[in-house]
Parts: sequence; C-alpha cells; structure tokens
Amino acid sequence: MGCRGGTGIAAGAVLAVITAALISACQVPASGPTTVSASTAPPRRSGFDDMSAATQAMQRDDAANPAWLWVEDGRQRFDAQCARCHTVAAMAGVAARYPAWDAAAGRPLTLGQRIADCHARRVASSPFGLSLSKGPAQHTASWLPEHDARLALEAFVALQSRGQPIAPPADARLAPWRARGETLFRQRMGQLDLACAHCHERRAGRRLAGSVIPQGHPTGYPIYRLEWQGLGSLQRRLRGCLVGVRAEPFGDDDDDATALEVYLMSRAAGLAMETPAVRP
Amino acid sequence: MSDAAATPVRALVTLPREVKRGEPFEVRLLVAHPMETGHRADAQGQRVPRDIVRRIECRLDGDLVFAADLHPAIAANPYVAFPLVVQGEGTLVVAWTGDRGFDHRTSVVVKPL
Repeated sequence: MGCRGGTGIAAGAVLAVITAALISACQVPASGPTTVSASTAPPRRSGFDDMSAATQAMQRDDAANPAWLWVEDGRQRFDAQCARCHTVAAMAGVAARYPAWDAAAGRPLTLGQRIADCHARRVASSPFGLSLSKGPAQHTASWLPEHDARLALEAFVALQSRGQPIAPPADARLAPWRARGETLFRQRMGQLDLACAHCHERRAGRRLAGSVIPQGHPTGYPIYRLEWQGLGSLQRRLRGCLVGVRAEPFGDDDDDATALEVYLMSRAAGLAMETPAVRP
Repeated sequence: MSDAAATPVRALVTLPREVKRGEPFEVRLLVAHPMETGHRADAQGQRVPRDIVRRIECRLDGDLVFAADLHPAIAANPYVAFPLVVQGEGTLVVAWTGDRGFDHRTSVVVKPL
C-alpha cells in the first residue's frame, strides 16, 4: 500500500504547481502531515440526504428505482441456487454486519466476496467435487466484483436488511483490518495528495464543483449510480475516488479495499441500510 | 445454473396495489437495456452501433392502450409511466422492441376492485 500514499517526489515542477493550485483551491494545507487526524465529527448523514429531490424520489419508489431490475434477478438466482442451503428470512440483517470474519478464508470477507466464494465452492463446482476446494476460493477465478450475478445476489441479500442499522461485529480479528482501513482513509494518496478524510470528513457537506460532498457512508451498496447507468459495488465507487485523486486504484477484491470497507462500515455503524440505493 | 445469460432480459411492470374500476391509475414500466446511442466511440475509436429500445406498446386484451417511440439520448434502463383506466378485468401485455432484434414481452393481469 506504500505506493499510494506519501508525496510524489518524481512529480515534475509543472505538476507541483497544478497540485498546489488544486490543493489551495480546496483549502488543504499543501505542506500538511501525510495523514489526517480524526476531527470532531458532525452528525452523520447518509448521502441520500444530500441528493436532489428527484433522485431521492427515485430511490424511495421501488417501481422507479432501476436497481430493482437486479434485485428481481437476484431473487430468481437466490431461489434457484442459494435456497438449497439458505433461507431468505435468514438473510435479514446479514448485510448490516458484513464484512465479517470468515473462518475458512482466515480473513474478513465482504458480502460480495462471501457470495462469490459460496458460489465458486458450492454452486459452480462440479458435482463430482473436482474443483471443490477446502480453502478459500480464488476470487480471481470466481465472480469479480462487478459480475452481474454477484451484484444481483448482493443487492437481493442486502435488501433483506433495508432499514436495519449497520452493526459491524465486535470481532477482535477484524480490528487489524479496521485499523488498516482507517490508516488508508487518513493517508494522503495519489498525485493530488489527498486523503479520503480531506473530502469526506473535513469537507463533507461542502461542494466539489456542483455536487455536495457526502460523508461517504456505504449505506446502500450495491448502488444504482446514475453516472454509471447501472448497479455497482462499493469497490467500484472507491475506484472512482482513487482515480479522481490520481492514485493507483485497488485491484479487484484487493485486501486494501476490503480493509477500507471494514473501516467504512464501522464508521457508519448505526446508520440505516438503504440497499438498493440510488446515487447521482 | 449457468451464468451464461450475460444480459438476461429483465423488465418490471408495476401496478398500484388496488385498482378501481373506472378510475385512472398509473402503470409503471422499467426495462433493463443499455440504450446505446450510436454516437459514441469505443476505446479503439470505432463507433459503437446504436442499440436502443425503439418502441413500447401496451395492449389490454389486444387493444392498444399506450405506445411510445423511443429515441437516442434516453438513459439506460428506461422508465416509462402512463395512466390507464379499466372497466373490468383484463390482461395487459407490454412489449418492448428495438435494435438488434430486441423483443421482450411481459404480461400482467389487471383486476379492478
């Protein structure tokens, strides 16, 4: 993770000028520390509260929310593939406590990873057990984060927690991951040398161009983002920000992305789940 | 069991929970479709061919009750709502047709109180 943080020494003078201009434009001290300390937090609010009335109406109305196309797909897939072992009723509250520690994998898994893992090991494996591995599934060999079926199942499972408060498990094994996630959140990244905390903590509620900067609570993933014209994962959203600050984006199911998700969910603890949310 | 259905046709037709005879209500349609305009270029600079839903038709027991022609520059997964009045029970058939042979039909039974 070292390559993402710190200040770029190799950056040329021109870039330094541009960076300085951008930084001064958004009032981040250019010579500040490489990490951002926690500040007294304002009341937490979902990104929903900062959306336009039209986008809010789209999310409130299940018939107008295009994410329901995926939810219905997920429902069918769940009935066809998951119902052998899982019940829909048992999915209530699951998304509110993920990422959770997975004993078989020996690491935390996000909800999407858990679904992909289960699919790869139990569903996609041959009935003769040829590919039935004992250990964690290779995520690269199974559904990637933006796989339509993974998103659909994730949306359907997370819908069962809609309205429930986010409740990260008090599992000591998650603590190092949460700490790593918070480090990433507060660490300056990329050519613009900005940390997540610069925008989503210190300047949340103010504007970046025309848009209100949200506090960045992952309350409604997977989300239907109007910009994407499709459903996308939290990983995709994080990638958008990393590219925005010109940092190297996380790879698919990267450990850093998982750590950040563990931290973000603990930071959002108590806020209501909104899946499937709509965002601009 | 396969994931082969890369882009399964998905559509939602939503009616109010209660429909009253002779009183207008809203029919809401949502279909999964990329609505590719035909004006964009891909990473290789090649023009991406147009792929849009061209027409939506709704028939109530065979009678056309609503139709719309769609054009480029409409967002993906188009949402359309229209008012409808029914005098009795009937079957509403919604048909989305478009480029590249796109043709999807969903039928719902309308049961007024």
